[in-house]
Amino acid sequence: MSQHKITVTVNGQAVTQEVESRLLLVHFIRENLDLTGTHIGCDTTSCGACTISLNGRTVKSCTVFAVQANGGEIETIEGVAQGGQLHPLQEGFWEKHGLQCGYCTPGMIMSAKHLLAHNPDPSEMEIRQAISGNLCRCTGYNKIVEAIQYAAAKLNQPTPEEVPA
Amino acid sequence: MNYHDPHKPKHLADRFENKHAVPNGASAVVATTETVRVTTPADIGGMGHRMKRKEDPRFIQGKGRYVDDIKLPGMLYMDIVRSPYAHAKILNIDASAALALDGVVAVITGKDLAAHNLHWMPTLMSDTQMVLPIDKVVYYSQEVACVIATSRYIAADAVEQVMVDYEPLDVVVDPYQALKDETLVRDDKELKTNRIWHWEAGDKEATDKVFAAAAHVVKEHIYLPRIHVASIETCGMVANFTPATGKMQLYMTTQAPHAIRTVFALVSGLPEHRIQVISPDIGGGFGGKVPVYPGYVVCAVASLLLGKPVKWIEDRSENLTADSFARDYHLEAELAADANGKITGLRVNGLADHGCADAAANPSKFPAGLFSICTGSYDMQAAHINFDAVYTNKPPGGVAYRCSFRVTEAVHMIERLTDIMAHELGEDPAAFRMKNFIPADHFPYKSPTGWEYDSGNYHAALQKALDMIGYDALRQEQAEKRARGELMGIGISSFTEVVGAGPAKDYDILGIKMFDSAEIRIHPTGKAIARFGTKSQGQGHETTYAQIIAEELGLPMADVDVEEGDTDTAPYGLGTYASRSTPTAGAAAVMASRKIKAKARKIAAHLLEVSEDDLEWNINKWQVKGSPEQAKTIQEIAFAAYTNHPPDVEAGLEATDYYNPPNLTFPFGSYICVVDIDKGTGEVHVRRFVAIDDCGNIINPLVVEGQVHGGLTMGLAPALYEEIVYDENGQCLTGTFADYLLPTAVESPKWETGHTITPSPHHPIGAKGVGESPTVGAPPAIANAVVDALWHLGVRHIDIPITPQKVWQALRDAGVTD
Repeated sequence: MSQHKITVTVNGQAVTQEVESRLLLVHFIRENLDLTGTHIGCDTTSCGACTISLNGRTVKSCTVFAVQANGGEIETIEGVAQGGQLHPLQEGFWEKHGLQCGYCTPGMIMSAKHLLAHNPDPSEMEIRQAISGNLCRCTGYNKIVEAIQYAAAKLNQPTPEEVPA
Repeated sequence: MNYHDPHKPKHLADRFENKHAVPNGASAVVATTETVRVTTPADIGGMGHRMKRKEDPRFIQGKGRYVDDIKLPGMLYMDIVRSPYAHAKILNIDASAALALDGVVAVITGKDLAAHNLHWMPTLMSDTQMVLPIDKVVYYSQEVACVIATSRYIAADAVEQVMVDYEPLDVVVDPYQALKDETLVRDDKELKTNRIWHWEAGDKEATDKVFAAAAHVVKEHIYLPRIHVASIETCGMVANFTPATGKMQLYMTTQAPHAIRTVFALVSGLPEHRIQVISPDIGGGFGGKVPVYPGYVVCAVASLLLGKPVKWIEDRSENLTADSFARDYHLEAELAADANGKITGLRVNGLADHGCADAAANPSKFPAGLFSICTGSYDMQAAHINFDAVYTNKPPGGVAYRCSFRVTEAVHMIERLTDIMAHELGEDPAAFRMKNFIPADHFPYKSPTGWEYDSGNYHAALQKALDMIGYDALRQEQAEKRARGELMGIGISSFTEVVGAGPAKDYDILGIKMFDSAEIRIHPTGKAIARFGTKSQGQGHETTYAQIIAEELGLPMADVDVEEGDTDTAPYGLGTYASRSTPTAGAAAVMASRKIKAKARKIAAHLLEVSEDDLEWNINKWQVKGSPEQAKTIQEIAFAAYTNHPPDVEAGLEATDYYNPPNLTFPFGSYICVVDIDKGTGEVHVRRFVAIDDCGNIINPLVVEGQVHGGLTMGLAPALYEEIVYDENGQCLTGTFADYLLPTAVESPKWETGHTITPSPHHPIGAKGVGESPTVGAPPAIANAVVDALWHLGVRHIDIPITPQKVWQALRDAGVTD
């Protein structure tokens, strides 16, 4: 099996490694980089547990080869909290009980983050559609929707310096 | 009749409420309320507080630790060769090409296991199941050989290189066909038959008499198809045998680590203290992670033989085609009523399709689980249940699908029959239920099949659901729509659950009594660790158990860490399934706390130089009666327990309790579903769904809501979407998430939930289980709504899943498709 040298930036850090052509991106992330927050729940691109951001797009990393990410920018769940501060989505999931077993949660948060980046004030149905590629077996989704609404509201609040005096 | 105006008297329910103001809780009749009981301040966070979960920070940051996240030095990977036939002789297995691949360490077959007498294993119901076969396979996707390699990719390559010669045999997939014994699934058995067991409950003679005298009888064949829990994390293991110490560590996706350890010890011959089962974070269980699957056994054997860690993680297709399944019950059911429309009796003939082994996860004495709860919420004179189970060429069935031992099947049947009877008699399904409910003052209630329901107030729950959804207005809307030719249905389900197995005298699994345990240690600075014999798979035990301890001892719940799932450290228990954790281990937490509180009283009396009798408990301290300023907090007492304890009292502040529940708990609820049906496509749209649950006293309302939402969605799923389907050759046609349809956020309705609270009189904090109630209660509400929409067209029953094809066919038969 041929090997390829790839360089990717993962959560802001550049990594260079030799990988097999057939290595899936999700295995590269989980096993080569030990970032185990990205999960595997199926083998048909259906469940979304492996959702990450690649060059600003959400992808299911079980259906991308590691070599396809060469030169790219990857964000995983481990990169979502910044400077020790939870992201509003993470706060929302905690506050609204948007998770139970936690297995689908990283993928859900990555899909939701993409949604809010492109649609800061989504309707409930837009939220439901945006996470319809992510399966959750525990929550029944209602509280995930609430978690995303919480984050949207928080992200849309004017920051203190934007508040007129 | 007025069901929906909250300002008017609630006629029907009023007859049964208010009788329950029992002084001092002395009577067994329990008061129903809607107010969640809170006795501790928020900084303590005891029962009733809507606390955020303690386990969440690691999960929302991707720092959970699931089995597949475990990576050990020198770890090997296992992959499985599976059968393409549902029934075939194995003529030869040639592993030479696989073994020739670089990185392949071993190929293990049934013959290799036979050398250690490990090629068969016991099931939870004391049947036998092949680990790896020698002569023949009995289901599609059965494990045939296992490859061990240095990477998961090489292991997968090698699976393709293992050559197996098969000679196909006749296949039996239909359980009624299996009864004829023309094709034997298990010719290893002494008795040459596919019949596994016969089981009866209730009183046949009394029931036949009731039916002979009945004014009305309805009869229906109801099939509850095979379904799969499909937790988003599949099953897997990392087995780590260290030859130098003789210690076997098994990181495993299991809901019952302690029982698994005992089974492994008995089957392998390894001493039990040298086996450590660790169930780390579990990505959903729902019953599918109770059994032992062949993959686990071979993975452990491989590590034992090779002296190296071995990882096995099944993929989704393996999970959907080979792991144990739920349901597959065929029910011929009849309900009798007198001339006044009062239900008098129930008669059931059932056939259980168990696949190739009776591997049901049931208590030993209950081959059909707790199915005999099937008289449900209705007071009737007699019932009789007659059941057979058969082998077929399918993987083992009989595990739960987020349900307490066959209660979903029972509830679906009685709620469908009740609805059919109401419709046949031309009565409103809500009024018909109100008329037939077990009255609230009849509890504890002895059912015709021998259960003693602990507490209930069915009228109050249904009335609340009717009020919340605006029942009369919906019926009016339905009538108007029907006049216009539109199809709208309203379905009710008023279910009774039975959870919390169970009393040791009747409940065991492989002989191990179904108690559960808690061990609490309070450290000198007043912080605590509590360990349990259960194992959360998302239920939130780290939060709710801490709240129970906070309630009892006044320690802030933030100061109580909860641990489960490591058999080296946690006290023995039977695990988490069948909504048993709160009824058993939750009760153990209370009892262990109370033991600590009793010791704390001695220490407080010593510190305050008073008699123990002069002290009274107040939230988090022992105080002198009439002089509350003289008090010692639990933290002060904890410190003294290690620094200044009375001379006649042992140091330390800890306790363990193994709780044997005196009875099961009987949660209940009433659900109402409104559907609209598209006449062109047959598609069912769930417009509204109101769920009123009563799980007794509530530990954490936020967690209960989460459990109910999740359970409702796992009720919606089999009602409308999910079914594991086989063709006539026993090939599974639903082996991926593209074929086996889990509801997404788009299909899932916005659940409207509420509660009534009728405490369990025998549970120490009056709590009952809740996780499975909605999965049990939701499917018949949805099915009843669909049939309600179609009844006037001559439709009286549709088996779940109610797919657009089935509805469209029914509409076409009635000549009304667009």
